[in-house]
Amino acid sequence: MTEPVLTVENVTMRFGGIVANQNVNFKVDKGAITALIGPNGAGKTTLFNCITGFYRASEGRIVLSTAEGPRDIGALLSRPIVGGSHLVTRAGIARTFQNIRLFREMTVVENLLVAQHLDTEANLLSGVFKSAVFRRAEAEAVERAFYWLGQMNLVDDANRLAGELPYGRQRRLEIARAMCTSPRLICLDEPAAGLNPAETIELSEVIQRLRADHDLTVMVIEHDMHLVMSISDHVVVFDHGVVIADGTPKEVANDPAVVAAYLGVEEKEVAE
Amino acid sequence: MDFYILAQQLVNGITLGSIYGLIAVGYTMVYGVIRMINFAHGDVYMVSAYVAAITLAVLHSFGVDSVPFAIISVLVVTCFITGVYGWTIERVAYRPLRGSTKLAPLISAIGISLMLQSYVQVAQGARDQGVPVLVSGALRLGTDKDFAQITYMQLVILVASFVAMAILTYLISYTTLGRQCRATQQNRHISAVLGVNTDRIISSVFVIGAATAAVGGVLVTFNYGSFNFFIGFVMGIKAFTAAVLGGIGSLPGAILGGLVLGLTEALFAGYVSTDYKDVFAFALLIVILFFRPYGLLGRPEIQKV
Amino acid sequence: MDNAKIPAKLLKEAVFTFVLSLIVFGPISGLVLTGFTVENKLARPLIIASVVTIGRVLFTLFLETSLGRRLIARMAGTAGSGVTVESGNERFPYAAVAIAFAVGLAFPLMADEYWLGVAILALIYVLLGLGLNIVVGLAGLLDLGFVAFYAVGAYLLALGAQYLGLGFWGALALAPLIAAFCGMVLAFPVLRMHGDYLAIVTLGFGEIIRLVLNNWLDFTGGPNGAAVPAPTFLGLEFTRTARQGGTPFHEFFGISYSADYKFWFIYLVLFLVVAAVIYVVNRLKSMPIGRLWEALREDEIACRSLGVNHVATKLSAFMLGASTGGVAGVFFAVHQGFVNPTSFTFFESALILAIVVLGGLGSTLGVVMAALVLTILPEVLRDFAEYRVLVFGILMVVMMVWRPRGLVRIKRPAFFPSSAPAAVPALAAAEAAQ
Repeated sequence: MTEPVLTVENVTMRFGGIVANQNVNFKVDKGAITALIGPNGAGKTTLFNCITGFYRASEGRIVLSTAEGPRDIGALLSRPIVGGSHLVTRAGIARTFQNIRLFREMTVVENLLVAQHLDTEANLLSGVFKSAVFRRAEAEAVERAFYWLGQMNLVDDANRLAGELPYGRQRRLEIARAMCTSPRLICLDEPAAGLNPAETIELSEVIQRLRADHDLTVMVIEHDMHLVMSISDHVVVFDHGVVIADGTPKEVANDPAVVAAYLGVEEKEVAE
Repeated sequence: MDFYILAQQLVNGITLGSIYGLIAVGYTMVYGVIRMINFAHGDVYMVSAYVAAITLAVLHSFGVDSVPFAIISVLVVTCFITGVYGWTIERVAYRPLRGSTKLAPLISAIGISLMLQSYVQVAQGARDQGVPVLVSGALRLGTDKDFAQITYMQLVILVASFVAMAILTYLISYTTLGRQCRATQQNRHISAVLGVNTDRIISSVFVIGAATAAVGGVLVTFNYGSFNFFIGFVMGIKAFTAAVLGGIGSLPGAILGGLVLGLTEALFAGYVSTDYKDVFAFALLIVILFFRPYGLLGRPEIQKV
Repeated sequence: MDNAKIPAKLLKEAVFTFVLSLIVFGPISGLVLTGFTVENKLARPLIIASVVTIGRVLFTLFLETSLGRRLIARMAGTAGSGVTVESGNERFPYAAVAIAFAVGLAFPLMADEYWLGVAILALIYVLLGLGLNIVVGLAGLLDLGFVAFYAVGAYLLALGAQYLGLGFWGALALAPLIAAFCGMVLAFPVLRMHGDYLAIVTLGFGEIIRLVLNNWLDFTGGPNGAAVPAPTFLGLEFTRTARQGGTPFHEFFGISYSADYKFWFIYLVLFLVVAAVIYVVNRLKSMPIGRLWEALREDEIACRSLGVNHVATKLSAFMLGASTGGVAGVFFAVHQGFVNPTSFTFFESALILAIVVLGGLGSTLGVVMAALVLTILPEVLRDFAEYRVLVFGILMVVMMVWRPRGLVRIKRPAFFPSSAPAAVPALAAAEAAQ
């Protein structure tokens, strides 16, 4: 764990007069699980949106190291009209959403096929005439979809509408869908929100397996401290838009500033 | 000489603009509370023109000659009946669709728009209708050859629009209903939790919007004298343009947008081309939505992810 | 509900409905303007109000019956989506499609000139419906100015023939390209907009096109319109005597002249084009591009998070929809032999939208059926022509309230892994459990 996959340098994000993030700095190591924690409204999701290309940071740089060298996320977003958030995903960052965003009236498999559009996008004519190339690409995409359904234990739900799935499975499906874009870094926004304890344990296993088996770096925003402390290698603590602590779970848990701002309360609750 | 032409276009533009503003109120208020473009609003305005002419004719048949009395009673009756239209439309075509797909209310609104046009056409005939001239004469400025004028009817329009807007502003800023409207506009669900009867507020907004459009309908009818079942369409798009121009959801924005649109349109018609003045208005709409979709007074909405 | 309370509630409801209907219908239908006076027809609103009130009371009573309660329960159960997934055992109905195709081809032999004209118009609307369905039904972009592309196609033939000597076949080949280009020009400004703004802007665009056609007298002929040349088949004309020294169609084949041949020809070409478009649209739906459209309709932000270029995707939907509209325009022009701006009003756009909505947003079969019904029904009910638009309006509202998903239920395709041994037992277990 030497080379950082993602470097956040002096990032400040303003909306009009409101400062959501101020001068944020941290690094995400390759293959690590990094957790962003902090009270609601501390600016975690805003930073996530900057990293995944939905907002363009007002100041500072966010750099992703890819096989083709470093990519500046902010620079990707400067395309006219198109914006460019899709280029961020293509560079290798995938994400899930705090309030699940599935294609609810499409089937589970279709959700995963959409995510693989870059691999299946053969030309129009070959699709219209069902050429051999097209059929092979489609079959491969379906296989890959089922592979990820298997990984997420969702094979039984393959041909159900995504919107009909129980909440916990929708969360897993969203992760599977993000994985279908073959990311280097996956950003999970409160993946355990709304899950019951058994589902949370399953989720933590899933996250660890993804990291171990698929050469993946994980960033996660999470309020469930058990989950954060048990799976993460690195914790970044936010409060009022600034980073107040940055280190291993143990270091952070013992940081007096963190205890004062946030963890103190949580730990008491957890202990009870 | 140029000065008088310019002055004349400005007078016409401001009169026209205040009408646009009145009708834009309906779009902007409805959009504020339920985030939907009430596509049938232009046709509600069209209905009000018919109701105004019918009321005036009935008053005449009862031998009412006093012009101020006639104008005021036509205004009251038309606002009431058009308000009922607004209430009914919301109740029948929009309320059952809350929580339906995104496109459903819009398509339903188009349905209502077609229904109103066709209903009026079937009931009243397709021909142009008219009202007699109630107020004639004008204030003139300049010589006999070169002059700018403001007709007394235009003065009535300006006064009536101003009064209507003042009442509306009072209603929204200082009454309980207005407070609840603004709360519902901010967050419908929280308002409901806090005990605001949001269904009632939404209904009121439709009634207020329709009644304000009716004021515009009465004034336009008296000013131009002629109308048909199709006038709601173009007026609807223009008033919507005014609402967007000012920043949809904002009441002062609707008035400002109306005036800006009225003025630019009058200047375009005066100096460039009358044939293409509607094209100008529509093109303006597209340009605004492209470069400043939140309008002159609106704030850019932060996209929630 | 407490049965004792029903009569009181019902009475209150009935009185309220009656008074409300009287206010709404009273002035407009009861007092008809004739010059500056009104004609008293107050019996009409009384009748309408009574009908509405009785209908309302009957409906309320019906909902109190056991059947009505079951209906409400069912509505509540299925209101969520109404979309189902195929089981994977469906077979493609080859026989039905082949029969439909054969009947369609043979139709001119069975129909007279009048019905052939109706059929041509119906097929034109099928084409328009299919085009708009890509934009509204699949990509979820409410386009209220679709008629603009229809006009582009029609005027391309009319003006192309006038200024450039363009013929029917040339226009047919060019129309999709030019209409798609117009679609692109329109799409650029509107791509950043969401639902309702998009609807208004496209509406404005449609009106701009119509107003320009109407006002640009020197170029388009303005309200007087422009003539459209008759089609030719391999250079053969469908006239009694050839105008430019060529051979007319009937002389070439040694058959007697009939004015119907021209319409037979238009019908057959149109029918083949419609069949081809239906095939292509169906293919597109099961291709990555079609899935992207539908995904975009479901959630644009999620699409962007998956690396989908939402602008290019919307653009492709707009352009493909537009090109279909352009082709329909060419057929309309050649069938009418004349075009003018009154054929391209907002009402046409609304009618095409009604077709797509009634058929079920996204369903090809639904769109075809709705187009046929909405164009043929008014022909059958000529006596009620006056009420046509009224009925369309009511239909749109009722459909949205009652069945916002359209009459034909959407079925999503099922997928199965071809060779994933790990997954198969799990699937079998799931099927056994059901």
